Order: sequence, then structure tokens, then C-alpha cells
Amino acid sequence: MSFPWAEQYTPKHPFMRWMDERLPLPRLVYNSVGKGYPVPRNLNYAWNFGVLAGLALVIQIVTGIVLAMHYNANADTAFASTEHIMRNVNSGWFLRYLHANGASFFFIVTYLHIFRGLYYGSYKAPREMVWMLGLVIFLLMMATAFMGYVLPWGQMSFWGAQVITGLFGAIPLVGEPIQTWLVGGFAPDQATLTRFFSLHYLLPFVIAGVIILHIWALHIPGSNNPTGVDVKSPQDTVPFHPYYTAKDGFGAGVALIGLALLTFFAPNLLGHADNYIPANPLSTPAHIVPEWYFWPFYAILRAFTVDFILPAKLWGVIAMFGSILILFLLPWLDKSPVRSGSYRPTFRIFFIVWLVALALLFVAGGKPAEEPWVMISQVATIYYFAFFLIILPILSMVEKTLPLPNSISESVLGNKANDGTAAAAPAAAE
Amino acid sequence: MVRILGFLVGLGFCGVAAWSLLWGAISAIKEPVEKPAEYAFHREPEPVSYSFDGPFGRYDNQQLQRGFQVYREVCAACHGLHFVAFRNLSEIGYSEAEVRAIAAQWPIEVPSLNEATGEPATRPAIPSDRFPEPYANEVAARAANSNAFPPDLSLIVKAREGGAPYIESLLMGYQDPPADLPESARPGVGLHYNPYFANLNLAMPSPITADGQVTYAPGNPAPTRQQMAHDVSAFLAWAAEPRADERKNMGLVVLIFLIFATVLAYLSYQNIWHAKKNEGE
Repeated sequence: MSFPWAEQYTPKHPFMRWMDERLPLPRLVYNSVGKGYPVPRNLNYAWNFGVLAGLALVIQIVTGIVLAMHYNANADTAFASTEHIMRNVNSGWFLRYLHANGASFFFIVTYLHIFRGLYYGSYKAPREMVWMLGLVIFLLMMATAFMGYVLPWGQMSFWGAQVITGLFGAIPLVGEPIQTWLVGGFAPDQATLTRFFSLHYLLPFVIAGVIILHIWALHIPGSNNPTGVDVKSPQDTVPFHPYYTAKDGFGAGVALIGLALLTFFAPNLLGHADNYIPANPLSTPAHIVPEWYFWPFYAILRAFTVDFILPAKLWGVIAMFGSILILFLLPWLDKSPVRSGSYRPTFRIFFIVWLVALALLFVAGGKPAEEPWVMISQVATIYYFAFFLIILPILSMVEKTLPLPNSISESVLGNKANDGTAAAAPAAAE
Repeated sequence: MVRILGFLVGLGFCGVAAWSLLWGAISAIKEPVEKPAEYAFHREPEPVSYSFDGPFGRYDNQQLQRGFQVYREVCAACHGLHFVAFRNLSEIGYSEAEVRAIAAQWPIEVPSLNEATGEPATRPAIPSDRFPEPYANEVAARAANSNAFPPDLSLIVKAREGGAPYIESLLMGYQDPPADLPESARPGVGLHYNPYFANLNLAMPSPITADGQVTYAPGNPAPTRQQMAHDVSAFLAWAAEPRADERKNMGLVVLIFLIFATVLAYLSYQNIWHAKKNEGE
């Protein structure tokens, strides 16, 4: 499970020896996030986000469990119980604002974690399982967040649930029965709220389970690194503890300052005013928008406006789910033997354009379905799919990559034979 | 194989999206969508500043009490304050005796039961009661307000884009419709023109009509229309977010702690890596 030079766990205290022979839990921790896990020495700050996502999940579970002690999953009283938490429960406002902004925090660090994986080719062999398990986590997060947003039973909760479950109604023949089955009726109501609450409580623990698999799969080949070059010698690695525990501690501090600024000084910045109006099935809000972290996918959904063999709505639904599902094939679409984007100059340009397209989808998804936003999301949607399905497969066959360093330690320390001229190598890795 | 299939799927998605784009562009050129003329008359909230703006801003209890007075004497006739209890008034500086008196003298009594007969009855409010609803139900509210339903005000500042400045602008924004206003946007019967309201016309008549409509206690600013609108908007901001001061106080302490902890974490990170970082030199 690790490199041959990994430090071995040797219990010193007799109790730890006793424990190690019966339940080697300390050994597991030692080998996973302790001295026994050798990690490339050249990881940059982009490698902080995995740990931060784990931290976000812990924050969400802890605040969520306490909120559930005060929340009332009943269509008549859910909104009032949320206000009860905000006004009467001791520090209830803190729990709720931390939970709501914690969800945004979770998505921010997860998106950055995914971008890092894309740029440095962390999805490539031998880490395909790590990548695919990560996508499963991402999908579970989206389901959990969507159902959580429904729980306060405000206007946007209700109409968001109506619109998103309505997507299943676009499926030919079986669409409407599936929608009715999901919602538990013909429109979101009591049955919807209780099942969403139940699943919203369950799924985070499923996520925790898949995270264990994600880390397990990661620890087989070990972490990727900014050069994308495999670890070759003990010189290439440092033990996870204390080197990366210290770095992650600093990263967590910076991230928590951001989360605290949001939670304490702009708690409703990322929310929507309409969700402070109790759900009213008879009054449709002027603009129904999901939470910001769904905007790119909402923009893709709405980019398909013209029927073509299939109805436009169905195209939108297929493309929206497809935009994530195609990522499962990414390790086989991009066959370039070079992992890191730092050594693939052409890839880097296309990747930056992809980031711009995604940013446009983010903006367009939050706007009403009017011009020019529809056309902007159509152009960005075309590029989004073209990047993964057309550009990357061709690019990985034809591109000219830069020479890779012989090893991680060479890229960090410079090639001694070159008399210090190799200072350029670490610069390229940044 | 995956790549060939992916290529075809990619061409499919891109083709259909391009087809949508083409038709969108054609229709945008042939029949450009013009925004309704009403858009030109709609106005964004005026920039107004309050004592509670920003991380260091706090509620001003004097102002909140004046705002509460405006709510009690003007707004409460039609608008409820469902999530606020009389006891909460002690948080804006009223004494226990004052709170008890305010509750007991509230013009609308709290629904209860006749102890002897079990018939529905009412009783004077006590501090633990929430503010009583001004109407028995939505039908009664609509019947009394030309079929408009006066919204509850306990969350109004958070439930409207623009917050407190929007409320203040709306209260001060009633005016005669401009001469060039299209016929379709003119106020109908029982509606009133107000450019800050989303569709320009609302059922609520201007509630704050004249200077001195409410008499402030000595030592307070003169109750001009502007002052009353400002005070009641501040009061409603408090009603929507009564824990804001506590939140900002706690936020500053948390930030100081986090910055301190992060600096320590950074120093220990530098310390631990010191030897490794200098290995190459």
C-alpha cells in the first residue's frame, strides 16, 4: 500500500503494543495520515483542497446534527421552526448560517479540488478509481445540497424542488410517473419534505463512506504532484506527518477565515431573498434559480432551446446529466502520457479557455433566461462538451509536450550536473 | 472505442447546442425582444446608510424604539409581526414593566378560550405572546384591502432584494404617475404608483403621509416623513435579524482568534519545512 521506504509503525508503550495486536487502529492512522505515508515533496497549495473538503464535511455533519434537533420536517411548521432556530435557540443563528455557508464552502473547495485534478492530470492511470470515486462524491454532494435547500420550505425551496424534480418529467413515457414517485404526489408537499429530510440526513454519511474509498484508492499509487512524474526514490517524498499536516493546518486557517467572514458578516450574500418568504404553491417567484453551485449545470440545461428529433427540454436534461457523466470517461478520453498541464503548453491554453467557459456558465446560470445570457451559455456549453469529447482526445494524440524532469527531487533541487542552471525546472512546475 | 463514441456524443451535443444557438441568433435579429416600457420607470432603492451597516455597525436602540412606535401606530393596523414576541422588545431597551404595558395595551387581543364555557374568546397579550395577527385569516385580510394581502413584516427586510434601503425608498417613493407612463402601467382602481415597487403599482396607499404623524418622545429627532420612514426601516431590519449585533461581536472575536491561529500555523509550517526547502542550496 505504500513505498518500500515508508516508515514502519512500531508501538513503544506496552498498551499500544497490546492494542496493535488486537485492533491496529493506530497503525491505520499512522499509515494513512501519519509518518507512514510518504508524499511527494513538491505539492503546491492546490493540494490543500482535499483535506479542506473533508473539513467542510465534518462542519456540515456537526452543525447539521444539532440543527436537526430543533428543525421540524413538517410542511406547516418547517419555515417557523427555521425561524425559531434563528431567534430562540441559543446560537441557533450561528448553527444555521454556518451550515448554509458551510455548504457553499464545501462546494468552493471541491470545485478547486476538481480543477487541480484536471490541470495536473490526477485522473490518469493509475488513479482512475480515485477520480471516479471523487465524481461519485460530487454527485452525492449535489443531491444532498439540493435536498437541504428544500428543508426551510421557503419560496425558493418549494419552487426549486418543483423545477428540479420536474426535470425527470422530461423523460419520454415514464417521466411523469417517475416525477410523481420521487415527489410523493403531484406537487412538492409533506411527503416530499419528509423524504428529503430523511435522505438529507442519510447521504452525508454515505459521502463519508465513499471518501474512505476515495482515500483508500489514492493511497495505493500515492498522491500525484505538480510535475506529474512518478515517485522514484526516497528523496522524492516526505512523510505526510509532520510535513503536510503542518501545511494543511495553515491552509485550513486561511480557508476558515474566509468561511468566518461569510458566516458572520455576509451570511445571506450567497442565498436568495425569496427563501425568506414561506412556500406558497399558488405564487410563482419571478426568477426561479437554484443555489450558485448549480448554476453551470442550470445554464447547460437551459442552453437547449430548440427541438431536434427530441424535445428541447429532454436535450437539456440529457446534457445537464451528461456534463458530469462524461467526466467518468475522462481517463480514457485523454490518453496523453504526460499528466501535468505544466508540461503540456497546448493543453494549458485549451484548459484555461475551458475555465473561462465554465465561469461564463456560472454567471449565465444565475441570470434569467434572457438574451444575451442564453446565447452565452450556448457558446460555453458547446465548448464545455467539445473540450472533453473532441479537443482532448485529438490533442492527446498530436500535441508536443515539454521534456519532463527525470524525477521529483530533480525538479525541486535542480540538476546538480547542470551547475545551478536548472533553477528553471521548479519555476515550470508552479 | 471510448474515444470514437465520445467523439460522436460530443458532436451530437455540440451540434444540437449550435442548432439552438443558430435559431436564437436568427430570432434575436429578426424580432429583437424589447423590454416592456415599464422597465424604464422602475427605480433601484436609494442608497441609505444605517447605524447597523457593515461589520462594525450596531443597532441604535433609540432609533429602534422610534421605529417600533411607527410600526405600532401606522403599520400594525394591517401588517403582522408573526415571528416577534413582545418579550423581544426588552432587547431594544424597553424595561420589563414597559414590555408588560405594551403587551397589555396592544389594540388586538390574543385568541384564547373562555375558561368557563370553552367558547372562543380573546385576552390581553402578555410578554411571552407573539404579536397578534391583525386579521383573523387571509380572506378577512383581502376583504379589507381591495383583495391585496398585506405581508407579514417580521422578515420583510431579508425577504426583499435591497433590504432596509428598499423599504425606506418604497415608503418615501409614492408619487403621481409620470405623464409619459404607458397606459398599461398606470395604476388601476385601488392601486398606487410607486417606482420602487417591482411592477410600479401596489395596493398599499402611502402609509406615512405627513410630518408629525407620530409624536416622538422629547429628546428625539423631529418626526419628519423621512425620519419616520428611516426609523421604521431600521426597526424592521432588527425584527428580521434580531441577533445581528451578537453575530458581529462573535465574528470579530472568531476572526481575531483565527488570524492568530493561522499565523502560528504558518510559522510552524515554515519551521517544519525549513531544512527541506534549503536542501538544494
